[in-house]
Parts: sequence; C-alpha cells; structure tokens
Amino acid sequence: MTAPAKVMSIDEIVGSLASGMTIGIGGWGSRRKPMALVRAICRSSLTDLTVISYGGPDVGLLCAYGKLRRVIAPFVTLDSIALEPHFRAARRSGSIAFTEYDEGMFMFGLYAAAHRLPFLPTRAGLGSDVMRVNPDLRTVRSPYDDGEELVAMPALSMDVALVHMNRADARGNARYLGPDPYLDDLFVKAATTASYVSCERLVDTADLLEDGHVQSLLISRVHVTGVTETPRGAHFTTCEPDHDRDEAFQREYVKAAADPAEWEAFRRRYLDGDEKAYQEATQ
Amino acid sequence: MTVTRAEVCVTACAEAWRGDGEVLAAAMGTCSILGARLARLTFEPALLTTDGGALLTAEPIPLGAEAGAVEGGLPFRDHLWLVAAGRRHVMMGASQIDPYGNTNISAIGDWERPKSQLLGARGAPGNTRCNPTSYWIPRHSPRVFVERVDFVSGIGTDRGAFDLRRVVTDLGVFDFAGPDGTMRLVSVHPGVTVDEIVAATGFELAVAGDMPPTRAPTDEELRLLREFLDPRALRDREVPT
Repeated sequence: MTAPAKVMSIDEIVGSLASGMTIGIGGWGSRRKPMALVRAICRSSLTDLTVISYGGPDVGLLCAYGKLRRVIAPFVTLDSIALEPHFRAARRSGSIAFTEYDEGMFMFGLYAAAHRLPFLPTRAGLGSDVMRVNPDLRTVRSPYDDGEELVAMPALSMDVALVHMNRADARGNARYLGPDPYLDDLFVKAATTASYVSCERLVDTADLLEDGHVQSLLISRVHVTGVTETPRGAHFTTCEPDHDRDEAFQREYVKAAADPAEWEAFRRRYLDGDEKAYQEATQ
Repeated sequence: MTVTRAEVCVTACAEAWRGDGEVLAAAMGTCSILGARLARLTFEPALLTTDGGALLTAEPIPLGAEAGAVEGGLPFRDHLWLVAAGRRHVMMGASQIDPYGNTNISAIGDWERPKSQLLGARGAPGNTRCNPTSYWIPRHSPRVFVERVDFVSGIGTDRGAFDLRRVVTDLGVFDFAGPDGTMRLVSVHPGVTVDEIVAATGFELAVAGDMPPTRAPTDEELRLLREFLDPRALRDREVPT
C-alpha cells in the first residue's frame, strides 16, 4: 500500500472550485504566486470570489477578469513596480469590496485560521484607520494583570488555498527552494475544503529532499488535496531559484493595463489560450 | 569636493539609526537604504541590514549587489516577529504625513472609493505601534505634508505611536518634540532656507529659533558612499542635485 496519489490537471483543480468561494492565494506581492492556477480561474466561468492574499498580480488579474467580489489583503503590489494597475482600477470604479488589514494582523489572522481559533490578539492595527474601515473588528482585554487592550484579529477562514512551490511529490508534500517560505504553510493549513499545490517540478518522494534540509519541506500531504506540475507556473512572478521575476513582461503587463485596447490585445496574445499556449507565448 | 544634496540626505538618514545597537535597520527608498548601510559601516556596527530581500548580509553590501556572505535569513514572517518584539527600527516612505506623524500609504481621497488607490496599509499600522519608526520622504511638498491625512496607515504621536524618531526629507530633518508631540524642524540641509521648508509644509511647523544646518558627510562617509555603496550614484536619481 502506498499513500494516495493526488496529481491533478490545472483544469481539474479549477473545476473543483465554485463561484462565491473564499480562496486564499500564497506567495507575497509579485513573488511565487500560483499564476498558472490564477490564469485558469480567469478563463473559467467562476465568479463572485473572495480572495485572501498578500496581493500581487494574482489579485490584479482576477480584478481584470471581474472574478472578485471582495479582496482581503494588507497591500497589492508588483514589488519592482509599486502599484497594481488592475487592482487600482477596480478600487477606483468601486467594482470590488476591500478588507484592508496590516500585514502582521493578516499573519495572525492566518495563524488563527490554521489553528481553528476564532481570533488571535495583536497590537498591530490599534489607533489606525484599519479599525475605522473594518467596523466589525473588535478589541479584547488581556485577562492577566497587564490588562492590555489588543486587537482581536479574526481568523482568515478560507474554503480553498492555492500555493506554488518549487518541488512536490504526487502525495502533495512540497518543498520551497528560495529564501522565503512566505506564509504558504499557513494558507494550506487554514483552508477548510481543499488545498492545492502547483509546482515547478513533480519528483519522486525519495528525491524530494535531495541534498536539502528537512525544514525546506514546508508543506505536508496531510494538508493537501491535489498537486499539479506547472513548470514556470509562477510566471511572471519570482520563483527562485527556478526562475526570477520576468521584469520585462511585468512592465508590458502594466503598460497594457493602462489602455483598454492594449489590454484586449494583451489578453488575446497571452491569456485567452490555455497554460501551454501562455508558456509558448511568453518564452 | 562638492557634497550633493543626496549625500546630505543619506547621512541624515544614517543618523536616524545612531545609538540603536543590535536591531534590524529596515529601510525603504534609495537614500534610506544607503543610510542604513552607511550607519552600519561607520558609527553603528551592530545593526543588521539586508540584501534588499530575505537575506541578512554578513557585511553591508553595495546597492543592488549580490548578498555575498550571509549571517542569517529574514523571511517576511521574521520581519513581522521583529516588529512585534520591537527589535527593528524602520524608515518608511509616506504619501501623506500630518503634524503628529500620522501617515498614509493606503489611498488618496475617500477610502470607500478612492481617487487613487496606493499600496495598502502594508506593515505601517504594526510598525508604528510596535517598533521605532522614522520616515524618508524624497520630495518635501505641501501635497505630502498635509493638515490631515486621508487614511491613517501609520499612527502618529496622538494615536499611540510606539516611538516616532525622525523625518528626513530632501529639505531638512524633523522630529516630534514640538508642542503636543507635533513635528518640529531640527536642521536645514545646506542650501535650503527655513522659509522654503515652511512654504513646502501644509501645516504649522514648530521652528525653534536659529536652525543649524544638517551636518555634512565626513570624508570617510563620502568615500564609502561614492566608491563602495553607490558607485553608480543612484542616490542622485532619487534626489536630483
């Protein structure tokens, strides 16, 4: 007997999602985003999604395709280009709702969700307008002698998590090879319905660790529903050391976003086809 | 050797970390990053600095250089841990700042439907509540220095800021020792007048008598900056002479 194999296609993963779901997306800004899965959501008939993300072009693309009802994020950025054009346009037009948190509050929200706790206390957010624009946020007083008032950051509960890793096996164990795990482990632990891992390369379990340390095995199969191999699947975001950010393509993306006709051409050229077509068009 | 305005800004930024000891010097913006590394190379050797990414470099490195020898990793989750523990002095940017040091990096206009969506709050609320915070603002103007910010991302002295240290701009240096914790002019960069600064500030600024000039970089600081940290003079792009 062996552990269950969980290899799926991109379309099978996206086909398992439903409109109205809350989806957590790993990575950070324009770094190690599961873009192949995001692109497939854009091509799908899914709608009315809520996305929880340290936002980058994942949020931007989903905004551009009108897939989102709400964005829950501490920021949306392309890193080397500070502002995300599609997210900005969606905010300006009022087409999406936005829940804005501090990035530390956001991490505590992920910790709470991963531990199935209703909230975790933090000082981050106190005194700021994050409290004003989130009128449901409550504070809690320490029951100990200090009596300190803290923000009760609610769990960032999500139906589904999508993350992109450097390596994975067919069971859903996954490894990162870059300098930062981001909060991807918390996303897959937080999801209550399913967690999906896309990876640069599927390898045998025996080869998963190669010469590395066990700490680089960030994600355990116990939290993973399905895994799919999407070489260069984080493009155009970073996925060190497999590939860096495609800065030229990111600039092209931003430039196209500024003009509806240019964006239409960009979509036709790169995004209307499947992942294979995207990879061929962006080589 | 003529000292440029950008070089004065870099040393003014470096001064923000003086006396901090063994904390992370987290910097945003060219002059601020250069300032952190210059401080570590000279008068504040215990500081921790990064490669601009997730690596703590064994020694300060030139702008844009590979990390070289590394003394630690600093993934974002550990940044947030250092914030919570207060073992970090961050120098951030701001699109708007008010007399109490409340800052906005979230959105311009009505937050519900902003005229201009900016980054989002990022770590500003937690930074300002939990660890020492300074600001580097490369363009001092009345559009940035405003009576009221449209959204409080980073909190000021009137909203429970942990420790707002100083604001460095292309014109001068400021702290929050004015009346009721408001912004006060501390020094004026060479070639700038107090009147210019007052005119570029959209609120009443505390100015105490004769204002000293911001100190010039030492010869050693200039050498390190020009020959080692920033030989391509990227600092001049942020603060044109």
